[in-house]
Amino acid sequence: MTEAAETSAQSPTSRARRIWDSDFMWSFRHAPVAVVSFFVVVVLILGAVLAPLIAPHDPFDPATLNLMNGFTPPGDANAFTGDRFLLGTDDQGRDVFSTILYGMRISLFVGFAAVALAMVIGVTLGLLAGYLGGWVETIIMRVADVQLTFPAILVAMLIFGIAKGITPPEYRDQMAIWVLILAIGLSDWVQFARVVRGATLVEKSKEYVQAARLIGRTPFSIMLRHILPNVLNPVLVIATISLALAIIAEATLSFLGVGAPPTKPSLGTLIRIGQEFMFSGEWWILFFPALALLALALSINLLGDWLRDALNPRLR
Amino acid sequence: MLAYIIRRMAQSILVLFVVGLVAFSMFRFVGDPIDNMLGQERTQADIERLREQLGLDQPFVVQYWRFLEQAVQGNFGLSYRQGRPVADILIERLPATLELAVVSGLMALVGGIALGIFTAIWRRGVSANVIMTLSLVGVSLPTFLIGILLIYLFSVELGWLPSFGRGEVTDLGGWTTGFLTESGLKALILPAFTLGLYQMTLIMRLVRTEMLEVLRMDYIRFARARGIREKSINFRHALKNTLVPVITITGLQLGSIIAFAIITETVFQWPGVGLLFINAIQFVDIPVMAAYLMLISVMFVGINLIVDMLYFVIDPRLRVDRTQGGH
Amino acid sequence: MTDTPVLSVRDLVVEIPTRHGVLRPVDHVSYDIRAGEILGVVGESGAGKSMGGNAVIGLLDRPARIVAGEVLLSGQPIHDLTGDAIRRLRGKKMGMIFQDPLTSLNPLLTIGEQLTETILEHLDVGQTEARKRAIAALEEVGIPAAAQRINSYPHEFSGGMRQRVVIALALCAEPDLVIADEPTTALDVSVQAQIVALLKRLCRDRGVAVMLVTHDMGVIAEAADRVAVMYAGRLAELGPVREVLTNARHPYTAGLMASTPLASQGRKRLRQIPGAMPRLGALPSGCAFHPRCEFAQDQCRAEPGPTLDRCDGRAACWFPLTTDQKVSA
Repeated sequence: MTEAAETSAQSPTSRARRIWDSDFMWSFRHAPVAVVSFFVVVVLILGAVLAPLIAPHDPFDPATLNLMNGFTPPGDANAFTGDRFLLGTDDQGRDVFSTILYGMRISLFVGFAAVALAMVIGVTLGLLAGYLGGWVETIIMRVADVQLTFPAILVAMLIFGIAKGITPPEYRDQMAIWVLILAIGLSDWVQFARVVRGATLVEKSKEYVQAARLIGRTPFSIMLRHILPNVLNPVLVIATISLALAIIAEATLSFLGVGAPPTKPSLGTLIRIGQEFMFSGEWWILFFPALALLALALSINLLGDWLRDALNPRLR
Repeated sequence: MLAYIIRRMAQSILVLFVVGLVAFSMFRFVGDPIDNMLGQERTQADIERLREQLGLDQPFVVQYWRFLEQAVQGNFGLSYRQGRPVADILIERLPATLELAVVSGLMALVGGIALGIFTAIWRRGVSANVIMTLSLVGVSLPTFLIGILLIYLFSVELGWLPSFGRGEVTDLGGWTTGFLTESGLKALILPAFTLGLYQMTLIMRLVRTEMLEVLRMDYIRFARARGIREKSINFRHALKNTLVPVITITGLQLGSIIAFAIITETVFQWPGVGLLFINAIQFVDIPVMAAYLMLISVMFVGINLIVDMLYFVIDPRLRVDRTQGGH
Repeated sequence: MTDTPVLSVRDLVVEIPTRHGVLRPVDHVSYDIRAGEILGVVGESGAGKSMGGNAVIGLLDRPARIVAGEVLLSGQPIHDLTGDAIRRLRGKKMGMIFQDPLTSLNPLLTIGEQLTETILEHLDVGQTEARKRAIAALEEVGIPAAAQRINSYPHEFSGGMRQRVVIALALCAEPDLVIADEPTTALDVSVQAQIVALLKRLCRDRGVAVMLVTHDMGVIAEAADRVAVMYAGRLAELGPVREVLTNARHPYTAGLMASTPLASQGRKRLRQIPGAMPRLGALPSGCAFHPRCEFAQDQCRAEPGPTLDRCDGRAACWFPLTTDQKVSA
């Protein structure tokens, strides 16, 4: 079309213009749900990253806490101190808004790190299995099959339990976050491996890969330069959906008391703490962390859902 | 077909061996069993005697084999925390989990398939779209939040249903059931719904995707071109083809209900094996963890085998010759 | 014999709205098919052949839709029928045969179940009679031991046999019109001839009108009575098959013939038509064929090609070829 002819020039503005006009961006601009989700995710991530700058209080600094401020309802002035808190305070007098921001930091950190770990493991093993075949493939895919028999959350719990058994008690709280990342990451690599292996098998048989082999490229460079770019779309979709799952898994483990410790509360820990006050009427201690978790998981899921459709037009 | 079943059986046994190895390694390497079993006051002689008694001086393979022997007989030793045989504790707790899982599983299966078909057939309809959006909320809502939400609504605000426990149970020769008393049934409603909802959403979305895929197939077009009624196309031609792939994943989903019961049981303080497992993790009670792992693996593997058998009933292509394959 | 054709398509226009604009895969197409006649519809992929067939039987996929023109079945308009009204006609009045016999049959139902279901839907007969007719239909298309094979599942048949089953299914409720969409494309060459012969025989024996959609000139030459050549959604040429094949009047048909190895032509070298058929979203102005046409003149570049009724009724071309004008070989 005529537009295409005009944008052939390589100036930066025209490149931005072309990205904006691409099918991908077009379907983004025309999916209000995706746009809204995207902005919710961005705002939440910014809130978490900038928590030290935004949060009115530092929930980890005992000096700023005043037990007298405990159980202040959202928006109201505290009966003793007269302080006001946007989302109220918990039993310790901690500002709920601040704890949520810091809690999200931990939830998001664990989520991103776990997905990154799962992705690195899964993509590597998937590429190896698909490209090398033979016994490498058999072993990798057998292990994947066995692990897939068990729900990820159970595998994560088990890894957490074992790691807890191995770490000396005095380090357990410090290590908890890393153990969580390890547990969730290791429980979630299979999806990546399966998809990447499938795509690798398809690409491997294509002529350009055969040609690259003939001209003597090493398997490593073929995998990196020719096959990897072709599996990026499905990996991106799985990563997005995995991120939501990882955040939920982290929250679940922490809620069950086998995740982030109370000294470093994630959203799940906050909900666990808040649950105790549900029966006595201090609903905000539970409600706002729960809402934050839901907003985070839902908007990432919606984004992933849209991404899957946008990158895979066949499924429309 | 026989060869296929035997191969699957062999695979299942392999899985159990691997799981057994994991469980055994937990025993052997996570914490020192001697430390755990002997108190503070112990002599070197005590330690040596116990080492020999437990066979810890034997080679690894021998130890593993003994562990399996014991495990097959249901002997997992004593719980570090309760000091009672793990097998007894598990058997005592199992009925609660199984009753919960069966009720939620049925709900997930029936509701999920029905809603999946509905949303696939009327995919452009308003109610189908509303259901799909809600289902995404359902998938994003962690199980424990659903439980808390239900407790808040029906226990705290309305006061209709209990927020924890199993209610009154009847003992039927070692099997405790909550099905026979009003309080038992009432106590079951919230946990069962909590546990089933997530699985139902997943099954629904899966059925919908598969059904949409099938509805795009040439043979559906051809059936339309022959003037077959929509009802027959949807329920005779499409549904059966949809169910083939759905069965596997659904089977696995139902298996995972037992695992997800851990969360629901914690929220509702439901006295099942899941709650036991969580407590075991918190207190690093290795024998209970290992036994739970073995128990749940046997269930999963059993479910997988049943699912494989079901394939043969539904898909005629498998009955004849697997090598011809494809779909 | 009445004069009313079984199928009459008048000025049919099918459009697909897309974000880049409205596409017209079928653009003012008109043709008739009489009882016992085979009309071959030929063209490159994307020329709108299949879309035309789907439009006739009312199976256009969204968002494609008929926006103008009419489809008459035995004189009755059917292009605006929806829901149950058009469903009752499918199978009973018009049958359809699809390209790939491997995917056209439901793998989980026996061929007997699929046949009797169709018969019971359209004919007023009982279970046993339906089964008898199903067996007869299978025998008619040449399935050996039909009474036993009727209980088989599709995967137990070879590709050629499956296509016979598909034909039996399309014909079992005795339709007046059969639309065969590339019925031989997915088959082995040796089987193709058998299927074409079968179609021809059924057409003669039953007096069915057949619309044979294909890109294979050989199949057209073998089976069709008349041929409609499609190019970029338009009818390029329409006429009796012998005349069109030996004496093409549209330059596109002539090019197509020159590029097809037909035994009857005895041509020594094949020629290509330069360029490729334009995508529907990027049609050139004027006659859609002019950029590839060696006879193109100013009028061709300025004005859209004429529709058939506005010229000689044979070739939709401003300057149809005469007998002594040959495509340079």
